[in-house]
Amino acid sequence: MQLTDEERAMLDGRYGEAVQQAMDLLVRYGEALGAERMVEVRNVAGANIFTPAQRALAKAQDHAAAFSELSLNSAKPLTIPTVRVPSCQLIGPMDREQWAVQGLSEADQQAILESESFSASLGIHLLNTCTPYQVGNVPVKGEHCAWMESSAVVYINSVLGARSNVEGRESTAAAMLTGRVPYWGYHLPENRFATHLIQVEVPVESMMDWGLLGYWVGEMVDDQVPVLDGITQVPNLVRLKHFGAAAASSGGVELYHIPGITAEARTVEEALGGRAPKAVLRYGPAERRAAYEHLNATARDRKVDLVMIGCPHANLEQVWEVCQLLEGRHVHPETELWIFTPRALRQVCDRNGYTDILTRAGARLLSDTCPAIGQFLPPGARVVALDSAKQAHYLPAIMGVQGWFGSTKDCVEAAISGTWQGGLE
Amino acid sequence: MGRHIVLHGRKVVGGVAEGPALVTRQSISGWGGVNPRTGTIIESRHELKGQSFQDKVLVFPTAKGSSGWSSIFHTTRLAGTAPKAMVFNRVNTKVALGAVVTGVPAVTDLDQDPLEVIETGDWVRVDGDRGIVEVFKADPDEAAPRA
Repeated sequence: MQLTDEERAMLDGRYGEAVQQAMDLLVRYGEALGAERMVEVRNVAGANIFTPAQRALAKAQDHAAAFSELSLNSAKPLTIPTVRVPSCQLIGPMDREQWAVQGLSEADQQAILESESFSASLGIHLLNTCTPYQVGNVPVKGEHCAWMESSAVVYINSVLGARSNVEGRESTAAAMLTGRVPYWGYHLPENRFATHLIQVEVPVESMMDWGLLGYWVGEMVDDQVPVLDGITQVPNLVRLKHFGAAAASSGGVELYHIPGITAEARTVEEALGGRAPKAVLRYGPAERRAAYEHLNATARDRKVDLVMIGCPHANLEQVWEVCQLLEGRHVHPETELWIFTPRALRQVCDRNGYTDILTRAGARLLSDTCPAIGQFLPPGARVVALDSAKQAHYLPAIMGVQGWFGSTKDCVEAAISGTWQGGLE
Repeated sequence: MGRHIVLHGRKVVGGVAEGPALVTRQSISGWGGVNPRTGTIIESRHELKGQSFQDKVLVFPTAKGSSGWSSIFHTTRLAGTAPKAMVFNRVNTKVALGAVVTGVPAVTDLDQDPLEVIETGDWVRVDGDRGIVEVFKADPDEAAPRA
C-alpha cells in the first residue's frame, strides 16, 4: 500500500505502540481488501464496551488489555491513547439503569460500567445506540466515515450520501486512533452506482411494508447496490431505517438508491451511472408474501412471551405511536412489552411523560442495548413478536426463540392480548 | 488418494494450513449467524445450520450481514473454534477484516470457482502466502469427470 509520510510515521511507532498496532492492522486489512491507499476519516462509530465474559476470553487483566486484544487484535497489552478523531460508541451490552432486567449480577454491571468509563476516558462519545444519526451524529454528503453497525452504515451511505464501508470492531478502533481506513469499496465514487434495478409494483407505505421490501431486496442482491423504481410515496427516517436494516440483514446491502429521495440519484439512469443493470427484479404481491413468510419461518405458537419494539432503536415518533396504541389498556400479565430507544431520546420520553404512560400500561422503556446484542430475554421466554425484520432475522437464531414479525400495531395488540393475531394485509 | 486439483488466487492472509473442507454456496453471517463458542452456524435458514467449521477449511461465497463479522471470528480464534483456513469468492470488508483477525490462511480471487471444484469432505491445503489452494478429492469413484 502507498502510505503518506504521516501514515508511515504511525506505522513506524512515532505515536506509540497502540497507534503502531492500529496502523499495522489497517495496512494488513487494506492489503487483504486489495486497497492501494488509506483515506482520512473524522467520524468513527465503533463498539468497545466489553462484558466480563469477553474479557476473560481475551485473558485481559484490565480494560486497556481488553481493548488491546478485542479492539486492536494485540495479545500484548498496550497503553491506549485518547482518540485522534471524533469517535462514538454504538449500541452496547447493558442498559445502565435497568441492568437488573437483563439478569446481570452486580459484579457484571460494575465491570461493564468500568469498561464504558474506559472508553469515555479515551474521548469516545457514549451515544450507546445503533442509530447515532438519530441523536446528533449526522454525516454530510461526501463525508468519509468509518462506522460499524450495518443498519447505520446503509442509512448514512444511502439516505445521507456519506461514504463508509461496513467496518468492524477492530477497524473502527484502529480508525479512532489513526483517523484512517483503507480507501476501498464505497469510499470510491465509481463503486457507488446501482447494480440491480428493482421494479416495485405494489404500494410501499407503512414501516412494515418497508421492512418486507428491504428483507426481500437483501435476499435478492446480497451485498450489491439496488436502485428502487416505482416508489410513489416519500418515506421518512423510520421507514428507511427499517428498510436498510432489513436489507443489510438478509443480504449485505450497504448502499441503495431511491431516485429523487436518497442523496445521490435523481433518476434511475443516474443511479446506474449510465450502465445497464446486472439484473432487473420485480417486487409484486408474491414477492411481498415470500418475504413475510421467510420472516415468520421460525414462528409456530401463538402465545407470545415478549413483544420487542425498537430495532434499530426507536425514535420519538415510534415511542409515541406505542403510547397511543396502549391508551387505556394494559399489557397482558404473562407477556412483556419492551421498547428500546437511544438514551438521549429517553430523556425526552421522560420529559414528555411517555415513559410514565408506558410504565402505567405495564410496558418497559429500555436504552443502550437490545436483546440480541445484550443476549437477554424475560426468564422462560420462548415466543417473541417483533415489528423489525432485522430483529426477526437475528433474534430467533441468537436466542433460540420463535419470532413473529408484523406491524407495530399487531405487535402492541399481541402484548395486550398475549397472543399473536397479526397477518399480512 | 483421489484427484489433485490446484487453484491459483490472491493472498488475503498468509500462512499454510490444511484440513477437510466445509463448503457452502450461501454467504455466511458472523454475528447472529455463528455461535463463536462452538464454531457452529446458527442462522435460521442456512444450509449449514448446526454444523461447526472448527478445524475445517471453510469454503464460501463471501461474508454478509452484521458488522460484528470480524469480532465473532476474532472470538472463534480466542475460543479455539476457528476454521483452519478460509477460501472465498468475493472480498468485502467483513470477510477481509474477519480473516485478518482470525489469523488463519485465507485466499480469494481464484482462477476456478472454488464452490464448483471443492466439495465438503475434500482435503484442502491453503498456502496463503502463495495464493495457492490444493484440493485432494475425497472419493475418486464418486467425483464426476470435469472438462
